[in-house]
Amino acid sequence: MFRESGVSVQRGVHCTTVEQALSAYDSLGSDVVAVKSQIHAGGRGKGDLFSLDSGELVMQGGVKVAFSREEVGDFASNILGHRLVTKQTGPSGKIVSNLYVESGCDIAHEYYLALLVDREEDAILIMASTEGGVDIEEVAETSPEAIHKAWFEPSEGLPEDIANSLGVSLGLSGNSLSSFSEMIGSLASMFVEKDCSMIEINPLVRTGDGPMVALDAKVSFDENAEFRHPWRDGLRDLSEESDVELRANEHGLSYVDLEGNIGCLVNGAGLAMATMDVIKLYGGEPANFLDIGGGADSESITAAFEIILEDSRLEGILVNIFGGIIRCDMVARSIIEASEETGLKIPLVVRFSGTNHEEGRKVLEDSDLDVITVSTLGDAGEAIVNAIGGPSS
Amino acid sequence: MSIWINEKTKVLVQGITGSQGTFHGTRMVEYGTNIVGGVTPGKGGQVVELPGRSVPVFETMSEAVSSTGADASVIYVPARFAAPAIIEAADSFHELNEGGLIVCITEGIPILDMVKVVSHLEKRPGVRLIGPNCPGIISPGFDGGCKIGIMPGYIHEKGRIGIISKSGTLTYEAVAQTMSVGEGQTTCVGIGGDPVNGTGFIECLEAFENDPETEAVVMIGEIGGSAEEEAAEWSKTNFSKPIVGFVAGATAPPGKRMGHAGAIISGGKGTAEEKFAAFEAAGIHIARDPSKIGEALVSALVEAGLRES
Repeated sequence: MFRESGVSVQRGVHCTTVEQALSAYDSLGSDVVAVKSQIHAGGRGKGDLFSLDSGELVMQGGVKVAFSREEVGDFASNILGHRLVTKQTGPSGKIVSNLYVESGCDIAHEYYLALLVDREEDAILIMASTEGGVDIEEVAETSPEAIHKAWFEPSEGLPEDIANSLGVSLGLSGNSLSSFSEMIGSLASMFVEKDCSMIEINPLVRTGDGPMVALDAKVSFDENAEFRHPWRDGLRDLSEESDVELRANEHGLSYVDLEGNIGCLVNGAGLAMATMDVIKLYGGEPANFLDIGGGADSESITAAFEIILEDSRLEGILVNIFGGIIRCDMVARSIIEASEETGLKIPLVVRFSGTNHEEGRKVLEDSDLDVITVSTLGDAGEAIVNAIGGPSS
Repeated sequence: MSIWINEKTKVLVQGITGSQGTFHGTRMVEYGTNIVGGVTPGKGGQVVELPGRSVPVFETMSEAVSSTGADASVIYVPARFAAPAIIEAADSFHELNEGGLIVCITEGIPILDMVKVVSHLEKRPGVRLIGPNCPGIISPGFDGGCKIGIMPGYIHEKGRIGIISKSGTLTYEAVAQTMSVGEGQTTCVGIGGDPVNGTGFIECLEAFENDPETEAVVMIGEIGGSAEEEAAEWSKTNFSKPIVGFVAGATAPPGKRMGHAGAIISGGKGTAEEKFAAFEAAGIHIARDPSKIGEALVSALVEAGLRES
């Protein structure tokens, strides 16, 4: 994608086995190569690889420079099939099944470059720093003056003078400066054409001869623009995505897994967050964020129930519905149906407010379902925490 | 009084012949909104039956605005058509009326489309956009009122509280709690949960400051971005009425998008804690517990001498 967009990158080969990595080394014809773990998270260079079975440390660093064919083989076998834990993956890490073997590069200096949508300025922000190859969040904290910024409007593209002055502020000159300007011009067009939400190049390298090369990159796409880019499906690695979050999306639900033991089912993102907050304030721990959305029907509510009940840590469920377009009596019938189908065995608290809340409550109370009904948000938090045996600590 | 809309506001529905447009068009008229027409390309010349009135469908916004004299429009079109619909409405209001109000309900508009829309609107200062990805705006009247959006009208009642919120159902929650302590609303504005949007907290606060009937404001934010912090800072010197603030997402994990496109803590920024702290520093009465927004409002009113107890 970068190459197609006119951004200069090192030659490299994507591999999934040690054998492929070795033949990649042979085909690149470079004495020095980089062997890079490919996962959907940053901090790979400073990450640690662990064995899946024994949990033992296999190797430090998920990105390695190899000086021989033998080293390529060693690094590839230490990376593939192992768990890479980085600052961004959380303690459970990610299993690495993809590698990138890239020809070596004569590095004179490493820089950092990123493009993202600046929500406060309503424009695209370019951030560049002379401190490449390191954690940019740390740079932002310790030496914010080392980060240079420029903005542009997507409909106007990146003006050349802005590109140039950004390069100058990084101390670039001669063919490095012209190569930098050309590269960020290409990146700016790629950002807009492909509906990116972020492009991060770290490190961006000035080579010994002068030209700039993007050594490593992360790209995120705006999911709302999916309809303009059907080709993106081909880039997707489903093994990198959470199965339950994917299934929730298919039903028009928005789901995020959390650490607690109280399952939540709410209509609306803000109210879903507020419901989690209330659970916590009353001494409980929410197990998930789940917004059933404005267009929920009986089928999607049943799916939502099934998804939260898969969580074995669950000790209780809180349903919080403020009816608007969604009617509480419809939700009540769906809850009864889903509980019968799934054989609900843990306490259930339901709070209804808004459209048809009285009818909804009556439907639940007239059913055989063991359910605690409440009418306010505060009562809901208190009731679910008490139902699972009181505050957790 | 109310801000931006009242019973006389003439409203067009963009996407009126679609299922959402017809459904909510009906609900809006039932509430008392003065719907004067709609726009659906390819269906110009048709008539849509709403309760007690038949309204004309136009081919374009400029025909609709010039024929009806409308001063507001509400957009119920799918995400891929929403940005062009906003731009068409903005151009028509700008050229024919020197201004107007656009309320965009649509969720899921690409962010770069919204960046382009916002820069387009900057050149048309009389045009105000509310949303997208929002429940809309409502000003309850003594008998009916004006509702431009999808919120359940009946939970509202005319009163003296202004409400501003990034969320849909959480706004209804705030409305229900103000009602439970006997306070009605002047206007409720749902500004939406997208990272790039139209009207923000500060513009709403400014309008409520200038509205003599609004005596206090409830402001509901959520994690992500820094709009809450900026509004809090602005309110220190520019807003004289009591504000009650809540921020959703104190328990949200970093790096995860919580339903709304803009609700994400990124690089450690945009946490509920930072926003609550900014509220407190600005003298805003905070409700850390979202079930106590009503109580916080009562104590804010009492402290300001606007209520006995």
